[in-house]
Amino acid sequence: MNFDFADEAPKLVMLLYGLVAFVVVVGGLLLLLDVVPNWFARRREARLVAVADAGPPAGAARARRPRRAEGLFGLFFLLPTVLLLLVGLVIPAIRTVVLSFMDGGSDAWVGLRNYGWLFSQDEIVRVLINTLIWVILVPLLATTTGLLYAVMVDKARFEAVAKSLIFLPMAISFVGASIIWRFVYAYRGEGQEQIGLLNQVVVWFGGEPRQWLQEPPLNTLLLIVILIWIQAGFAMVVLSAAIKAIPGDIVEAARLDGVTPWQMFWQVTLPSIRPALIVVVVTISIGTLKVFDIVRTATNGNFDTNVIASEMYNQAFRYGETGQGSALAVFLFVLVIPIVIYQIRNLRKQREV
Amino acid sequence: MAVFTRPRQALVIASALALTFSATACSSSGSDTNSNADSPECAAYKAYQGSDGEKVSIYASIRDAEADILQDSWSQFEKCTGIEIDYEGSGEFEAQLQVRVDGGDAPDITFIPQPGLLNRFAAAGKLKAASAETKAMAEQNFSPDWLKYSTVGGTFYGAPLGSNVKSFVWYSPKTFKEKGWQVPTTWADLLTLSEKIAASGEKPWCAGIESGDATGWPATDWIEDLMLRTVTPDVYDQWTTHGIPFNDPRVVSALGEAGKILKNPKYVNGGYGDVKSIAATSFQEAGLPILQGKCALHRQASFYANNWPAGTKVAEDGDVYAFYFPAVDPAKGKPVLGGGEFTVAFADRPEVQKVQTYLASPEYANARAKLGNNVSANKGLDVNNVPNPIDKLSVEILQDPNTVFRFDGSDLMPAAVGAGTFWKGMIEWINGKDTAATLDQIESTWPK
Repeated sequence: MNFDFADEAPKLVMLLYGLVAFVVVVGGLLLLLDVVPNWFARRREARLVAVADAGPPAGAARARRPRRAEGLFGLFFLLPTVLLLLVGLVIPAIRTVVLSFMDGGSDAWVGLRNYGWLFSQDEIVRVLINTLIWVILVPLLATTTGLLYAVMVDKARFEAVAKSLIFLPMAISFVGASIIWRFVYAYRGEGQEQIGLLNQVVVWFGGEPRQWLQEPPLNTLLLIVILIWIQAGFAMVVLSAAIKAIPGDIVEAARLDGVTPWQMFWQVTLPSIRPALIVVVVTISIGTLKVFDIVRTATNGNFDTNVIASEMYNQAFRYGETGQGSALAVFLFVLVIPIVIYQIRNLRKQREV
Repeated sequence: MAVFTRPRQALVIASALALTFSATACSSSGSDTNSNADSPECAAYKAYQGSDGEKVSIYASIRDAEADILQDSWSQFEKCTGIEIDYEGSGEFEAQLQVRVDGGDAPDITFIPQPGLLNRFAAAGKLKAASAETKAMAEQNFSPDWLKYSTVGGTFYGAPLGSNVKSFVWYSPKTFKEKGWQVPTTWADLLTLSEKIAASGEKPWCAGIESGDATGWPATDWIEDLMLRTVTPDVYDQWTTHGIPFNDPRVVSALGEAGKILKNPKYVNGGYGDVKSIAATSFQEAGLPILQGKCALHRQASFYANNWPAGTKVAEDGDVYAFYFPAVDPAKGKPVLGGGEFTVAFADRPEVQKVQTYLASPEYANARAKLGNNVSANKGLDVNNVPNPIDKLSVEILQDPNTVFRFDGSDLMPAAVGAGTFWKGMIEWINGKDTAATLDQIESTWPK
């Protein structure tokens, strides 16, 4: 491949535009999030000082004034969020529910037909089962991996390096990660040069190369590995922070009592980090229910690997079956609700404590 | 999955804005309107003048280098008429078009490559009927075979733009000469040749149907080509419109014929592995082992010419070339499977109609052909304007009166089948599922 600067000039100019825009936008955001609030804060301070200088307060009315500015300031931050939530989430959600009771072209009511279709097509039932497998395995394995890793590297030498290593995949996009792993699973016929790592290893040990992504149900598990690879780092970081936050005197007291490392883990570490553990499991569960990019990039849902989110996209946007796609979306939404409710109640409980 | 990546959200927003910014920055160039409208080279565009300064937006799936050529091809039209064409190509065209139309942001003109999709928009009342001028221009330049694909309920919506011929088998003329193989002229000859090559220890065929989220389509082309060869064109039409069920015995037998090659471990898949490897081999890479002598034949459309590595000579006496996918009984005519895009409009402003008419004209077809890599079914296209030999052959086939042209069947079917279960069914079929079960499954998903 030759790289000629003259040929690539238009692209470089675009790149430059991008960079400039990036600086402008990020600068704008910083301005909004830092300079503006600071300005408000300073003004408030100045007012308070002025009030203080004016001598002893003459009445409550004067002291209330700064608070009103604060309320306005709060509104200033809340309003865009509320608006965006309404336009980007609430209204589309309601529309999706409505569409799920209509036909493919969204012009006639069909009642519950789309929901009936959901559970009667073999392919869609397969999709639901796959999603279930994902949502059970990913939170479990990603959290366990992250937890074990966090415990093992805690206070070890080179802890920072070890942690960065497992955290790195978090920085890769889902699509990027899937492409990387697709190469790992790639297949070439026997006797040919293997381009996939996994098959190369198999060949080194004298085995026959296999078409990993074409063999259900193994292929779903192999796709799940990708998400675990991405998410374990997230679990590790949060759990490691929680472990470090365990008060030193508890650990010390346990040590003085002569606990084994095993007892230490089960009876001290684990109960202490329970809230963090729940947050991690819930967050990964919700993310897993929505898994789309990995399946779409790695197999595009073929060979029995399809999941709800990806089938929803196909039905609604590629096949023009908006009703069926919406029904899938609503079903996905219903699945997420209990997890969200659990999470909210959990947070409340913590706050009460 | 932004839940996990709060800090990255800012980055995403920032880069999205950055993209918008740079996009607007480059689209606001080129504002030279028709200063030379009366010059002699603009004589041919007189009929389209009078909408100076108006803008027409076109949205389609053609991207990158191909899109640059496309924009070049109508630059003279823009200069002479003062109509500015704002072209946008997208890899997610089919899905995004629906979203844009639903969202009230429909482009003025779009090139739809699937008559099934065209039908859906027309039936939903979103498309504007073509103007009388466009209709006259289209009728003058295209055969009725072609025009019926963009006619819905008696209303004509737009003319074909580019076309491609799919009934081709790629091979290496050099290798054929060395080994003394003959280009087959019947389906039986093709099978005999395959057997002969297989007997010599080489895998005769290369195949690959992986194509991202469109995986499976190259296999549907195989089936369609064999349908067209084993049944009459009428039955083919019934099959694509569900006049006969998808699991009709005649479809079963067409799959059987295709399976003689695609599902035969002795015949496939040169350079890549066993039968199953077809499902995982990208269609772009599939034919390349021909150059290394790892296989001899690869059935793929005329546009595969663009996939050979730079420096490969595509010609009758070159490294690679293609022969016509032979008919079962050549005496019954020359069935040709093909595809193409149709220029349809969501707006009926005069300048939009002018562009639509122009794109149906021989002037456009010739201007586009001269820039290379293009085939059109436009009868006004002069074969001498087509530079590349395989495109020339395609144009000759399309203009041949013996040709029985039929459009790619999966593009005619409703998307749920044509871009959905038919593709997926073919993947499973290649992956080992039996013919009857595959066809029953596809039949069960035909929208009611």
